[in-house]
Parts: sequence; C-alpha cells; structure tokens
Amino acid sequence: MRLPRLILFWLTLAITLIAAPPAHAHLMNTGFGPFNDGLTHLFVTPEDLLPVIAIALMAGLRGPRFGRAVLLALPVAWLAGTAAGFLLAAPIKLPVAETIVTIALGVLLATESPLPFAFVTCLAILLGLLHGILNASELPKTSLSSLISAAGVAVALFGAVSLLAGQAASMRVRWARVAVRVAGSWIMAIGLLMLGWAMRVPA
Amino acid sequence: MKNFIQRAGATRRSFLILFILLSPLTAFAHKRGGEVIGFASGFLHPISGLDHILAMVAVGMWGAQLGAPAMWVLPVVFPMVMALGGMMGLMGIKLPCIELCIALSALALGFAVCREARPKLWIAAIIVGVFAIAHGHAHGTELPMGASGILYSIGFVIATGLLHALGIGIGLVHRWPAGRIALRVAGAVVAMGGVFFLWKAISGEPV
Repeated sequence: MRLPRLILFWLTLAITLIAAPPAHAHLMNTGFGPFNDGLTHLFVTPEDLLPVIAIALMAGLRGPRFGRAVLLALPVAWLAGTAAGFLLAAPIKLPVAETIVTIALGVLLATESPLPFAFVTCLAILLGLLHGILNASELPKTSLSSLISAAGVAVALFGAVSLLAGQAASMRVRWARVAVRVAGSWIMAIGLLMLGWAMRVPA
Repeated sequence: MKNFIQRAGATRRSFLILFILLSPLTAFAHKRGGEVIGFASGFLHPISGLDHILAMVAVGMWGAQLGAPAMWVLPVVFPMVMALGGMMGLMGIKLPCIELCIALSALALGFAVCREARPKLWIAAIIVGVFAIAHGHAHGTELPMGASGILYSIGFVIATGLLHALGIGIGLVHRWPAGRIALRVAGAVVAMGGVFFLWKAISGEPV
C-alpha cells in the first residue's frame, strides 16, 4: 500500500533533479508573462530548488506544525528578501554562502536531528531572505513585471513546500522516512561538490 | 477501504501536480550557452568506469548483507564522503595513492561481501568512507573545466546513489539460503575484479 507512494516520491525527486535546467539568477522568459516567469523560476533553478526541497522535507518529517510554519515563513521571507533586493544598487553573488546553506539543510535532513520549532522557522526565514535578496538584486528595479514575477516565485514556493512537506509529514513507515533522509544526504553531497566547483583551482 | 482509496487518489493528484510543475519544458524559450558540462555527463561519469561500478555496487551489497541500520548508513555515508573527496579534488588538494586505493576498494569490499564480514557499524562506515574519499577525489580531479557544475553534480550524485540502490537490491537475496551463497559468489567476483584493477594500478597501465 505504501510502495506506490514511495516509488512516486523517488520518481518525482529524480525528475525534479533531472528536469532542472542550468541555473539562472535572472528570470527566464516563458512567453506566458511575468507571473509564469516567476512561477517557473524556482523549478528551473537548482540552486534555489535544492534548499527548498531540503527544508520542506525536513519540516514535513518533523510534523504538520513544522510544515505549516515553513509553508508560511518561506514565501513571506522570500518576498521580503525580494523587496530588500530591489533596494540594492548592484547585483550581488554569494555562491559559497548559498552552497553552505544547502549543505547545512542537507545535513539537517539526513541526520533528522531534533530541532526546536523556532529554529526551523528561523531557518526558513533566513533561507527566504537570502535567496530573495540574491534573486532580486539581479532584476530590473522599477519594473512592475519584476513585482509580478516575485509573486509567481512565492506561489511556486507555496506549492512546492505544501506538496513536499505534506508528503513527508504523512510518511509513517520507517524506511520511507529513511528514504527521505537519504535524499538529504544526496542534497548535502551535491552541495559539497558545488562548493568544490565554487572554490575550484584552475588546472 | 474508502479512506484508503481517497488518500491514494489525493497522493496521486498531488504528485501529478508536482510532476507538471517540475517539468516546465515551455520554459526553454531561449537557448542557453556555456553549459559544457551537464546532467548527462555527470550521470555517466560514475558509471563509465568498471572499478567505480564494482565498488559502489559492493557497498550496497555489503550494507544489505549487514542489515539495518548498515543497509542505509553505508549508502548514505558513501556519497557524502565521496563528495568531500570530489571537493578536495576540485580544489586541487593532492592525495597519495588514489588509484591504488580505488583498486583496493573493490578488492576489500568484495572480500567483505564474500566473507560476510560483520565489523561494528562505525568500522564499516570508516572503511567505506576512506574508499569513498579516493573515488570522489579521482572524479574531482578528472572533471574538465566548465561553466557550471550543479547539473553535473546532481547527475553524479544520483548515479552514485542508484548504483548503491542496485547493490542493495542485489544484496536483498541474502534473506534466502541460496541467495546468501549467490551473494558471496558475487562478492568474490567483485574481489577478483579488484585484483585485476590492483594489478593494473601497480603496473601503471591505464584502467
């Protein structure tokens, strides 16, 4: 009874990772307007998507209360970060900081260490602020379409977190939870490799 | 029963929504450049060398042979530590005797499966971790320069994880008496492969 659900979970995770094309700090032009550009952005930007997957699954594993907190805090913080990013004069890039956050979230998911509710909520807020600022710093500052696309990103976050955290929260079988933790170790491993790429020494 | 059907339907629906959201092919409105290294090359890298394949499958088989929690601890440890080795390779940190260590990994892990070795969990994790560093370092130093490594890294880690899953799948035959023997034979085959690669590494021939 649980098997199809787990197969679907792994299939979805694999497709998430396989289908995600290269990262773009700027928004893609989907041809469907700025809202859809924002909606798409999260799912085609692995740097943004991986930590979101990690925190959503981590919150879900800790129960519906944690999931609901992240569901609310992450999109709101992301929007706040986006607003703050619009105030910045020049684009900023923090690939090492982004990667370290991804690694940390992967570790927390893989270890399933007991974390206080406030800590998980603060993590979601920090993640949202960081990525919101970084994304917005590269967008046109005074454009209405940038604001609309930010709303699209927030909706995408809400959808992704609700689905992932909801699935994780409903898992009762031990090995299903272990499978989610294995996903955390994969996210951490990807983060470590990314850190190597960011600090790569030319041959 | 009705509740189960409703729940199953809801699960399928939510996955379908997530699936559609995660596959927005219409987003490829313009062509990207600079991605000389992508998911496919990362995915193919761990499965392009028989020495790596043997070692990673053996990790899964050994984990399955040891049972829980080793069954999932070892395959969790391996990609994490291998990524650490890969990071060191990318950063240009030199490690000695990498090729020898890779060849030894297939030999040692195959031998462990063949002998049904049952060390303490932390010892098994350290053994697997040491070999994972060597494999990761070799991968890290071999990578060509490219614009972005994230898709490569994703493909690389997924392929490694799938090889472990394959090993666990093979190792599950351990629950039957005939399967137990077959698993030990498979371990011997891996160990013989390790001997071959060790000979290659010592003689300096390309693997």
